Amino acid sequence: MDSVVLLRPVPDPVEELELNDDATDLDRDYLGFVLNEFDDHALEEAILLKEAHGGTVTVLGLGSADEIEQILYTALAKGADTAVKLGEDLEHLSVSSQAEIFAEALAGRSYDLILTGVQAADELDGQLAVRVASKLGIPHVSVVVGAEAGEGTVKVTKEFWGGITADYEVQTPAVLGVQAARQAPRYVAVSLIRNAQQEGNLSETDVDPPEDTSRVRLVSVRVPETGEGAEMIEGDEEEAAARIIEIIRGAGV
Amino acid sequence: MSDIFVVTEHLQGELTDLSFELVAMARDLVSQSGGQVVAGLVGSGVGDLAGQLGGADRIVVVDDPKFEYFSPDGHAAVFGSLASDASVVLVPYTSMGMDVGSAMSSASGTPLVSFCTAVSAGNALAATCQLYAGKIEADVEVDGDRAIFAVLAGSAAADGGRSGGAAAVENAESPVGETRTKCLGVTEPEGGDVDITAEDVLVVVGRGIESKDNIEEAVELAEALGGAVAASRPIIDQGWLPKTRQVGKSGLTVKPKVYLTLGVSGAPEHIEGMKDAGTIISINTDPQAPIFGIAHYGWVGDIFDILPELIDGLEG
Repeated sequence: MDSVVLLRPVPDPVEELELNDDATDLDRDYLGFVLNEFDDHALEEAILLKEAHGGTVTVLGLGSADEIEQILYTALAKGADTAVKLGEDLEHLSVSSQAEIFAEALAGRSYDLILTGVQAADELDGQLAVRVASKLGIPHVSVVVGAEAGEGTVKVTKEFWGGITADYEVQTPAVLGVQAARQAPRYVAVSLIRNAQQEGNLSETDVDPPEDTSRVRLVSVRVPETGEGAEMIEGDEEEAAARIIEIIRGAGV
Repeated sequence: MSDIFVVTEHLQGELTDLSFELVAMARDLVSQSGGQVVAGLVGSGVGDLAGQLGGADRIVVVDDPKFEYFSPDGHAAVFGSLASDASVVLVPYTSMGMDVGSAMSSASGTPLVSFCTAVSAGNALAATCQLYAGKIEADVEVDGDRAIFAVLAGSAAADGGRSGGAAAVENAESPVGETRTKCLGVTEPEGGDVDITAEDVLVVVGRGIESKDNIEEAVELAEALGGAVAASRPIIDQGWLPKTRQVGKSGLTVKPKVYLTLGVSGAPEHIEGMKDAGTIISINTDPQAPIFGIAHYGWVGDIFDILPELIDGLEG
């Protein structure tokens, strides 16, 4: 089973986000980017499929952050066969534009499955997996938590809510929006990533940023008021712990 | 103004609360813009569910054995056809809605806005959205006079979608033939060792716990409080705790007396599953963490500094 995994850098979720001066978007200049965590799960599921059924894993990375090369070398070190960086220094792109770039990069490639994260924290205009599937005219399943290869099909488990799941038989090629791989994304030793870097097995494809067809526009952004409901506890950990125990006892526990 | 169309969703014979919330939201919108609230209902043997959607003006039902189960491509095509005349389409931002909304948008060229918590249809179509896992709130405008809004759970009161008069129910034929995604069956979750929905005290770990080994200290605290450990999604996806311990949209909804979070940022999907807890106490290093917006008490600091203090204080 040949898979292509679509990888997107997103602002590091543990970093504090800064707004630009006129509060119309994030200030991306000083942000650190990491691989979208759901894309990491998509990559893991693709590697698990390769290990179970053979085939290849190709990773396509959107070159919208300096970190993309590190992300692609890490994917190679984990077991991807081919890595392609799409574009360089791309501005922040709408999902519609991302889908167009990926669909173009997929043209002429042969694959049974395309996998990417079910969502990204900045997907303002829809889900990449579904948009790419629509562009290519192939089926999609979102919130996938496991896949198994069949004959001309793939069996996928989709999660609904409250832990309820359903199994689907899906005609290939198809696009999967992965929520979680069957196992946590593997760690890979830094030395292996360094080896992958030295081998330099990374190709690059130029990309002309497409015209944005999302027709969705950020007017203003803000950090939501937090703590409006919460009474903030002052003091060091010892004082805070004493206060928290008092609150818990007061709640009748 | 033409109609507001609501994509409803149901599972195991029950409409979701969010379906009713969307009908309530649509009612608000028609009071600004005119038109009718039209709810779409697709499934097999779902006629009875239509009677519950009292907040709609019209309900269009596609009742077809082919749709005994949710079909990502099938449902998207049917809803796309049913909603083709509407100016505004509200879809749930859920497992089903993700497959439906973006596919409808791509097929029809209608813009789609994700992560919506409020929608307006005044001079322009606009929405308020929670981006970056709730860390950023954005005002968004759509160019054009039609749009699809994918709405987060908890954005309107579900009761507004239930009440009302008797909506006119119409039956429609499915415009789609065979689907390329065939459901083989639905699986209910297996019971776990602990039922977190029955606990009075939950100590809840998030990304800030950093490693599987560190969860041990949270377990110690939970035991000292006579409660159990639960977690947010990233912890479950890492395989550090079983699925039965997950709170939130794709996990369980809990209402313990005390909900103590350690390094949980408070993404909208998490808040959906715990917002009705009795006393919510949150500890996080990030003063901007959205969890502090829902918590009753908060402390900004390192969970690994305070954990031993809490355990000592309770056991001492």
